[in-house]
Amino acid sequence: MTAPVNIQMTVNGEAVSCAVAPRETLADFLRQGLELTGTHTGCEMGVCGACLVVLDGQVVHSCLTFAVQADGSVIETIEGLNDRSVIADIQEAFHARNALQCGFCTSGVLMTAHSLLSQPGVPSREQIRDALSGNYCRCTGYEAIVDAIESVARDRAAAPAARQIEEAGA
Amino acid sequence: MNAPLSPLDRPNSYIGRSVPRPNAKRLLAGRGRYVTDIVLPRMLHAAFVRSPYAHARIVSIDLDAARKMPGVRLIATGEDLARLCTPWVGTLDHFKGMKSPPQLPLPVDKVVWSGQAVVAIVADTRALAEDAAEAIMIEFDELPAVVDIDAAREPGSPVISPELGDNICFRTTLDTGGVDEIFASAAHVVEGEFHFGRHTAVTMEPRAIIADYDASESRLTVHHATQTPYQFQDLYARHYGIPEASVRVIAPDIGGSFGMKLHVYHEDMAVVGLSMMLGRPVKYVADRMESFVSDIHARDHRVRARMAADADGTILAMDVEDVTGIGAFSAYPRTSVVEGNQVFRLMGAPYGFQTYRADLQVVFQNKVQMSQYRAVGHPIACTVTERLVDMVAAKASCDVFDVRARNLIPDDAYPCASPTGYRFEALSHHACLARLRTMMDYDRLRAEQAELRTRGIHRGIGIAAFVEITNPGPAFYGVGGARISAQDGAFLKIMPSGDVHCAISVTELGQGTETIISQIVAEHLGVDRARVKVTTGDTENTPSGGATWACRGAGIGGETALQTAKKLKENVLSVAGAILQEQPNRLDIRNGWIIDAATAQQRIELAEIARIAYFRSDTLPPGTQAQLSIAHHYAPQGYPFAFTNGMQASHIELDVETGFVRILKHWVVEDCGRVINPMLVDEQIRGGVVQGLGAAFFEECLYGDGGQLINGSLADYLVPMAVEMPDIAIAHVETLTMDTQLGAKGVGEAGTAAASAAALNAVNDAMAPFGGVLAQVPMTPVRILKALGRI
Repeated sequence: MTAPVNIQMTVNGEAVSCAVAPRETLADFLRQGLELTGTHTGCEMGVCGACLVVLDGQVVHSCLTFAVQADGSVIETIEGLNDRSVIADIQEAFHARNALQCGFCTSGVLMTAHSLLSQPGVPSREQIRDALSGNYCRCTGYEAIVDAIESVARDRAAAPAARQIEEAGA
Repeated sequence: MNAPLSPLDRPNSYIGRSVPRPNAKRLLAGRGRYVTDIVLPRMLHAAFVRSPYAHARIVSIDLDAARKMPGVRLIATGEDLARLCTPWVGTLDHFKGMKSPPQLPLPVDKVVWSGQAVVAIVADTRALAEDAAEAIMIEFDELPAVVDIDAAREPGSPVISPELGDNICFRTTLDTGGVDEIFASAAHVVEGEFHFGRHTAVTMEPRAIIADYDASESRLTVHHATQTPYQFQDLYARHYGIPEASVRVIAPDIGGSFGMKLHVYHEDMAVVGLSMMLGRPVKYVADRMESFVSDIHARDHRVRARMAADADGTILAMDVEDVTGIGAFSAYPRTSVVEGNQVFRLMGAPYGFQTYRADLQVVFQNKVQMSQYRAVGHPIACTVTERLVDMVAAKASCDVFDVRARNLIPDDAYPCASPTGYRFEALSHHACLARLRTMMDYDRLRAEQAELRTRGIHRGIGIAAFVEITNPGPAFYGVGGARISAQDGAFLKIMPSGDVHCAISVTELGQGTETIISQIVAEHLGVDRARVKVTTGDTENTPSGGATWACRGAGIGGETALQTAKKLKENVLSVAGAILQEQPNRLDIRNGWIIDAATAQQRIELAEIARIAYFRSDTLPPGTQAQLSIAHHYAPQGYPFAFTNGMQASHIELDVETGFVRILKHWVVEDCGRVINPMLVDEQIRGGVVQGLGAAFFEECLYGDGGQLINGSLADYLVPMAVEMPDIAIAHVETLTMDTQLGAKGVGEAGTAAASAAALNAVNDAMAPFGGVLAQVPMTPVRILKALGRI
């Protein structure tokens, strides 16, 4: 039961093959095994949202997922989204609006924002706040985060064609 | 037609400008480096066995099975660590008669709160350390727990520390005289008993520390998620007998602090000893469940207070009794008395009455330590005062704005002092009150409230005035004997490229310290802000200073930066004068160029001065020694504190059937003096307000009768989330402090100071038609329904 288990997955576009303890969470595996420390653990019980990652296209709590459960999956962390430049406009809006302070929740908040902003249309502030209901931030009071996401949604809606060209180029 | 030039139109004018934080880009890219992320070679991991009892004698500890567990490198008990670490006592001399028992990293004979660490295990991984912790058998002899603040003070109560005689940590009174006479004859007397639950910081990054002791050099390096690295350098040096110069504390990116990460924690002290015993790095990160039972809790007050007013609503006097529970000992090194001290000295602070009496009792109990957290004492004083002011308004048939306009200290009455001994340089209550009324469109909201009530919709409007303590001088801690600095220092240098580096002792916690320091340095040196790099948080390469607490970063750290930049500029102009054969006082620096001060004509680039000074000093006139690096310190003088002030308002909608409250909007008018970076100031206020609203509606550490914390997880303890929080409108009045050239005061705690007061007044306003009254936070639905008489 406790013997290491071999797993294979694609993380941020790279093939990963590792032996992990069955009890190791995906969050710990990403942080310690792969040194992807942009994913954080704030509660380790699926409440705070600091550990959110994209797993097979879904945003999931990596603290509630065992690494062995992710065997065969495709995972993207903040490092991957950052390096692919797919959230550059979100990051820029967060920076300009100071939508982060200590930054510990930020990777998870960006995951939520990325997921929300991948949907068509411009969400209302209430919808943005609702989407963020699984992301705990102690520093900002949330308003700047809502502002930043709202501004990206508007910009993307205003220039969808330009964005598609940009993405194709990337 | 051109608008007149503002100060912000000058080149290199950064003070007053909303510039984003350069260091935030790293955090947005997932490249933050928190202590939790750091891995050192040969690093081991600590876990702790904790007491299940709130109060118990340790009978025996059986480590045999655990020692045989895989990966275990060391198991240490209280006795093991007591051989290395000297005890500490959380008292300060200026709190006369205060007492607290000595503390050690781990207990040797008894435990005094549920969750107290008893045995440390160090293993190859955290998981293995926790496995071994499961195998440790501790036999406890349970003792009666002292939980209730009244029971703790009764004769015959069990005494937590028998050597102290009773469970009273500190008691003090204030009395201006004349209180009884005023209350006997006043037209209106209002009173209440207020309850403030315990809550806690719940920083996103829990406490984290890596201690690395190198026996070959007798050298200790500690990566510590703290806001006060110099304080911990001093403490580790003294309590472990290591020369201070051999102790280095590094505070890298910190995942939230809010006052919680400046106290001594037993596990943290233990980790230093564990590393010394092993000669290897040892890491400890509190998990969330451990945080709830070992981080400081905040508040925990029961306040009985009354206020006397004359017939027209003029406040005449206050009479206050505060009993506060602090856990089994006073926190170290700042004590757990500062909270209560600020509660009873800030009562009524915005108002002009001068007759005051207060009694403060600080009580030991078998709970985790209570100590300083964002807005120390402020929300309690503000909530009690502002609720009583609203009650006076109701009795005198005054509007809540009018009663405050009648009683707030006039804006032209400064300098003046409170009856509790605080000296105010200059505040702006009336300007803030007027601004708030306009900003929130008060009259329209009142009309709307009346109209909605006819339709069964119950909205409430609450306002609160506050005074905040910032920029504390040595009177805060230093005079009491604590080795906590009230001054700060900066190293500032022109690099050979002409770039500028500033290493300063105030620390970055995400609030933007490094950004505002760069703004100030760039403006006063005359260079582009992008060329100024600021580093913080490492005792080895920054001057010793107070760091970040009590809203001192901008006011004291900022003034340090300003003075340092001016001094370095003199040095630069002296060299430039020698090179240009010009009087230095006829030169200035702008946009990285030495210019003619009168004509603004560019004379020589700063980078060229640096090149010559560093690489071609042979071409300088004989006797010229360029001083392009300087160190400078600044300690506040003049007023012991720079008080700030402001007003907040809360607009809520109450569902009287369910007791649920929807927070519609919140407003803040704040006066922190010079605003260095409006965006960062506003975001400090917003974050602070939300922490205050958390305390007002959600957050409470609930204890059972036996002293057990019963909601110690993020699933059970409610924190404010985005969907429950309102948009927060902010405006500023700027009354500069004349004690500094910069004129800035602090702002980090203003939001928290009055948010719960405004919310409590708003909820009471909404309940008013039903005769419901609430004087307790958090205002949970159950408490609201009880206040409404529905359950």
